[in-house]
Amino acid sequence: MAAVQETVDRVRQIDVDQYRYGFETLIESDKAPKGLSEDTVRFISAKKNEPAWMLEWRLEAYRRWLTMTEPQWARVNYPKIDYQDLYYYSAPKPKKTIGSLDEIDPDILKTYEKLGIPLREVEVLEGVVRPEGQRKIAVDAVFDSVSVATTFQKELKQAGVIFMPISEAIREHPELVKKYLGTVVPTSDNYFATLNSAVFSDGSFVYVPPGVRCPMELSTYFRINERNTGQFERTLIIADKGSYVSYLEGCTAPQRDENQLHAAVVELVTHDDAEIKYSTVQNWYPGNSEGKGGIYNFVTKRGDCRGNNSKISWTQVETGSAITWKYPSCILRGDNSRGEFYSIAISNGHQQVDSGTKMIHLGKNTTSRIISKGIAAGVSQNTYRGLVTAHRKATGARNFTACDSLLIGDKCGAHTVPYVEAKNSSALFEHEATTSKISEDVLFYCVQRGLSQEEAVGLVVNGFVKDVLQQLPMEFAVEAQKLISISLEGSVG
Amino acid sequence: MTALLEVKDLKVRVEEREILHGLSLTVNPGEVHAIMGPNGSGKSTLSHVIAGKPGYEVTGGEILFRGEDLLEMSPDERAAKGVFLAFQYPVEIPGVATMNFLHVALNAQRKARGESQLTTPEFLKKAYAAAASLNIPRDMLKRGVNVGFSGGEKKRNEILQMALFEPAVCILDEMDSGLDIDALRVAADGVNALRSQGRAMVVITHYQRLLNYIVPDFVHVMSKGRVVKSGGKELALELEASGYAQFEDAA
Ligand SMILES: Nc1ncnc2c1ncn2[C@@H]1O[C@H](COP(=O)(O)OP(=O)(O)OP(=O)(O)O)[C@@H](O)[C@H]1O
Ligand SMILES: [Mg+2]
Repeated sequence: MAAVQETVDRVRQIDVDQYRYGFETLIESDKAPKGLSEDTVRFISAKKNEPAWMLEWRLEAYRRWLTMTEPQWARVNYPKIDYQDLYYYSAPKPKKTIGSLDEIDPDILKTYEKLGIPLREVEVLEGVVRPEGQRKIAVDAVFDSVSVATTFQKELKQAGVIFMPISEAIREHPELVKKYLGTVVPTSDNYFATLNSAVFSDGSFVYVPPGVRCPMELSTYFRINERNTGQFERTLIIADKGSYVSYLEGCTAPQRDENQLHAAVVELVTHDDAEIKYSTVQNWYPGNSEGKGGIYNFVTKRGDCRGNNSKISWTQVETGSAITWKYPSCILRGDNSRGEFYSIAISNGHQQVDSGTKMIHLGKNTTSRIISKGIAAGVSQNTYRGLVTAHRKATGARNFTACDSLLIGDKCGAHTVPYVEAKNSSALFEHEATTSKISEDVLFYCVQRGLSQEEAVGLVVNGFVKDVLQQLPMEFAVEAQKLISISLEGSVG
Repeated sequence: MTALLEVKDLKVRVEEREILHGLSLTVNPGEVHAIMGPNGSGKSTLSHVIAGKPGYEVTGGEILFRGEDLLEMSPDERAAKGVFLAFQYPVEIPGVATMNFLHVALNAQRKARGESQLTTPEFLKKAYAAAASLNIPRDMLKRGVNVGFSGGEKKRNEILQMALFEPAVCILDEMDSGLDIDALRVAADGVNALRSQGRAMVVITHYQRLLNYIVPDFVHVMSKGRVVKSGGKELALELEASGYAQFEDAA
């Protein structure tokens, strides 16, 4: 019918050609020679002044990686990646030790300003109404391979919270890094995680001591700038007994014709009664409307609820990347621990998303909740892939899963692939799934009331994902809401 | 005087089938027109085409709004110019609070007209006043648009929007269906309160009863895609007594 076609046509000329973060920053950089070898690994380790144990750890991962093959099971298609045709390290030049923000290359500061990220010690994200109580956000910014600034260091230190680039933590807190690194995502975990273990260059490290409620939101912004450069960041967050921290990462990249590889690893550990809330707003460049360019986002994120009564909550808003391969998961080891996964995954144009979560119930009375909202438009493919398991000792394990998919047009696809496995008869797993098309009647109702077609799509989609948006910290919920509307925008008039 | 709304010899097809076969209707400012007619005669189709719903092919005739070609305008432009349709079947929009929807929609219309945006407090004041006069509790406005609303509540929500947007032409498609006697009176009072010199109403209904509350200046009988008879309010009484059979042949 004509009505449907009209919306399809509008939405097809999607925002991917209007990616707003697609500018490039022209600065000189210091790069490792192209390609991957033991020398590359040694080069990166040396650049970071790493201790010998760290180099060994990397080399072991590298040797392991050589024996592995790229996974094929996800519902994504892309040409073979030539791992020798990439740069594995790139740092903005001139690079001296940075003592304060004023020493950062002003061009980089400008980049972050354009992105609306407060590297200056401002209190909230630009343009966002601050809620009561004057919340602050500490920011760590990673530009290509290195961390360029971490704000609010002093205040955090007073609270006993360690928040710094992981490269620095390796030198300053080796005992903590050694104790936790690779314990949630082992170096041998999967092809991309192993690659990351060998060549990761920076990322954030957080340690919250026992009983401390982190006094502000922590946040990291990742930006890929260089051409042909892979970004392999590594994040490690530890919430010690009875502590709490909320962490947010945001990502953008310039618009480029070639594909860029991003293979991050994030490890979270919660001890007894601790909680980590981890939120992601991922807006890597998705490629243009013909499917050229865009980020390959192959990410391993996992949290270990190591202690009793601990909690890990993942919230993600995924609107970017040409390909997303990502399953933030929880290992519910401690008794009464809880895992949550709230996800909004939007695919448009030629984007391919294969994302979901794993909830692994090991401890008694562990509970988990999965709310996934997939929105597919254009000729994109959007897959939810989830695994819920209860092991023999996981008496009283509970899971609730709800997966809803919304299709815009009839050239896209939404798929739900849930795996459920209960080895304990007292486990109770509930699963609900729906797939629906955006309704022409609903869109018409909105435009009859004065909204443009685009505003109508944005409004309906924001309503569809409301349950998940509510999980985001206030400041970012507003941002995310805008991002969602933008990423589904058709061409105007 | 230019008419507010002028439908001239309108021919409309839906999926290869002609539904309206040359329909004409002229509505002047301040007038209330009632359109009656059997099921399937094309009343809702007419209202949809005036509002600009996609999926209808206009194969002949024209629609003028204050002398301008309405068919050239996008549906949101028409809304901003003052064309309002109270739907026979209002849809639900889960997750979008009614209050937020009303605010966003009103500001979108105001923006299109080059008027200032209403701040939240300004808007709330206006919305609460309008809701109160229609017996709509504030709680209802916090819920998703029409989500879980009863049939009567949905219709009242339509009248509420009409009151807030202050349109020039209001087309009410069976606003009386699903309303109990009391709700009908409240809704009709709401509509009557909006009657004014500059504003016109097109009231589509099957029942003469509604026209006791909203007294029309003209009554039109539609059959098989045409207006087959027009008259004053007494025509509705006549229909009530004798049914549509007498017009079937005329069509
Ligand atoms: N999308 C459509 N596809 C096919 N036929 C349609 C479509 N919309 C309307 N029609 C047909 O057009 C004719 C007129 O329908 P319309 O809804 O305008 O009638 P109505 O006068 O409003 O009826 P009622 O009093 O029952 O509300 C009907 O025969 C209907 O089946
Ligand atoms: Mg009808």
